[in-house]
Amino acid sequence: MRLSAAEGARLLREGDLLALGRAADEVRRRRFGNTVTFLVDRNINYTNVCVNECRFCAFFRRQGAKDAYLLSTEEVLAKVRETVEAGGTQVMIQGGLYPDLGLPYYEDMLRAIKREFPQVVIHSFTATEIQHFARQAGLSVRETLLRLQAAGLDSLPGGGAEILVDRVRQRVSPKKIMTEDWLDLMRTAHEIGMESTATMVIGLGETLEERMEHMERIRALQDETGGFRAFIMWTFQPGHTELAAHGAAEKVSSWDYMRTLAVARLFFDNVAHIQGSWVTQGERVGQLTLAFGADDAGSIMLEENVVRAAGTRYEMSTRKMVELIRGAGREAAQRDTEYRVLKRF
Amino acid sequence: MTTIERARARAEAGERLSLEDALALYEENDLLFLAACARAAKERASGRSVFYTVNRHINLTNVCSSNCPLCAFQVEAGDPRGYVLSLEALEARLASARAVPGLSEVHIVSALHPEEPFSYYVEVVRRVRAALPAVEIQAFTPVEIVNFAKMTGRSIESILSLLQAAGLDGLPGGGAEIFSPRVREIICPKKATAAEWLAVMRTAHGLGIRTNASMMYGHVETVRERFEHLLALRDLQDETGGFQAFLLFPFHPAHTRLGEEYHLQRVGAWEDLKMMALSRLVLDNVPHLKAFWVMLTLPIAQLALGFGADDLDGTIGEEKIIHAAGAQTGTGITKAKLAAMIREAGYEPVERDARYQAVAGGAR
Repeated sequence: MRLSAAEGARLLREGDLLALGRAADEVRRRRFGNTVTFLVDRNINYTNVCVNECRFCAFFRRQGAKDAYLLSTEEVLAKVRETVEAGGTQVMIQGGLYPDLGLPYYEDMLRAIKREFPQVVIHSFTATEIQHFARQAGLSVRETLLRLQAAGLDSLPGGGAEILVDRVRQRVSPKKIMTEDWLDLMRTAHEIGMESTATMVIGLGETLEERMEHMERIRALQDETGGFRAFIMWTFQPGHTELAAHGAAEKVSSWDYMRTLAVARLFFDNVAHIQGSWVTQGERVGQLTLAFGADDAGSIMLEENVVRAAGTRYEMSTRKMVELIRGAGREAAQRDTEYRVLKRF
Repeated sequence: MTTIERARARAEAGERLSLEDALALYEENDLLFLAACARAAKERASGRSVFYTVNRHINLTNVCSSNCPLCAFQVEAGDPRGYVLSLEALEARLASARAVPGLSEVHIVSALHPEEPFSYYVEVVRRVRAALPAVEIQAFTPVEIVNFAKMTGRSIESILSLLQAAGLDGLPGGGAEIFSPRVREIICPKKATAAEWLAVMRTAHGLGIRTNASMMYGHVETVRERFEHLLALRDLQDETGGFQAFLLFPFHPAHTRLGEEYHLQRVGAWEDLKMMALSRLVLDNVPHLKAFWVMLTLPIAQLALGFGADDLDGTIGEEKIIHAAGAQTGTGITKAKLAAMIREAGYEPVERDARYQAVAGGAR
């Protein structure tokens, strides 16, 4: 029987960590057996200029700031080439909300990548960026997504969801896309055949009920579209952010993280993959997510400027990833963006 | 009943595990099953309490004649990085220790200095005792005690009695490493043997000196050698009952010759928590199991409270030996932070003294 949001909140509050972990692990094992997958990709942050100035972000700069940057198409292509050479199968292009680039900048970038590297999957742009592109171009979200899709965009990462409750969003990122718009955008993307992932960031001062409300909204949309491939759970990284400076958020503990991850696995009966966040949790907690319901270890990110700016830096290589998965008694497999196994180790 | 079925049944019922049981459970790798059994064992031993203490570490010298490949802390005599804490510097450390509210324990572990006379160490204990009359002095691993005996020609018992008379209360559990002679030959060939380590502990327990016990894993030992080590500790504990707590030291390979020569990586958190749970289950007669956060990192130490650990050790002002081998953890933590971690795991934080008695005024 399906878990309700109220039951989920009760489990988050009172549930026994080991009992939740064992139940979540049993669900994972029935679906995925002994295999743990991971991806090799690169994050390309084409600009750090952003008009949003979110309080939890340590990455953004104002236009004209000394260390503000915008990559040219040639620079982006050079990074894609390095990705391919390092065995990567996907690029995740994300950036700040640049005030005045225009949709052709992004279309040209996508076309250039597909022309030179047709085998690379472009899993790029958060909902917040897409909404920004649409507004700048005076187009609907659907038209914008169709144009980007025609230019080569394959799928959308689920970032920018944070907590899909406007009370929380108003507080931590008032200028960023709001709940209904995020969901509508994902619905539209799924409708045109562009799949995505969904994320959640905990530790933003949300209540346990709000965490469940977030999961409920994603589960309901998934019932409608089936377009979410995975659910990925991050924790807020307080280092160097305005939000942390104001004491409004504290780093989520490992206990809380594991319990929430296990509840997510039990709650999402309609989202196949649950991914622990090795990049925000580090390889030690990351490895343990495999005991609490996660079946995927995420990506060996060849570059991740956004997380690094908030003071977290974990280096990962394929060799190390495989060792950590084996250390948990599981079989490691490299996958593609659609979770098809490419190579077993 | 197959071997693993029998082992699982015993673990669940809290019955004593054999070597074969432990090996079967290790091999099966059902991590959260082991956790659930270990947590039940912890709750039988110490109920809802999870302990921590306010302690300070002092490392008297890093100059060592043992030159163990596993160590990143020691230097040889004559090395410019070598130091010996002078008695004046010790007094300064003690003066600052006196200012620490609720200090329960001073923990002193050092290298085997080739020349520093035994009288120096006795004097250190005497001065700590004079400066901090109510504080537990937990000092000198069995390896150091054996070294004192060799340097002076005295018996182990005589060394321990002299230190006890100067004010020593307990011995830390370090230096046990892995008892297998095959392993010791590789990782610490000149160090006290397993038989010597156990003999010091047996003698200490006979004199009423409480001690800890430990194991260092994740280097060149086999899994069987780990469990043989634990069983040797369990046997001695059956005999004396003098071990208060057990600690696991995952090997930190950075900056060690052993790590370099054998291309060793720090074992993962999965392995750490698996060994935590299995240690709790195998050592059914040792009252307390420490999750030493300096070794594990705080997030993993907190999770260890679900895997049978009942003690987060201490606040620690400064620690040099593990950090020399690349531990990235900070060197101190507040009581409030430790207590909050414990409460979140559903247990009651208890600030303890060295005998695991609640300290008045500590967080409850």
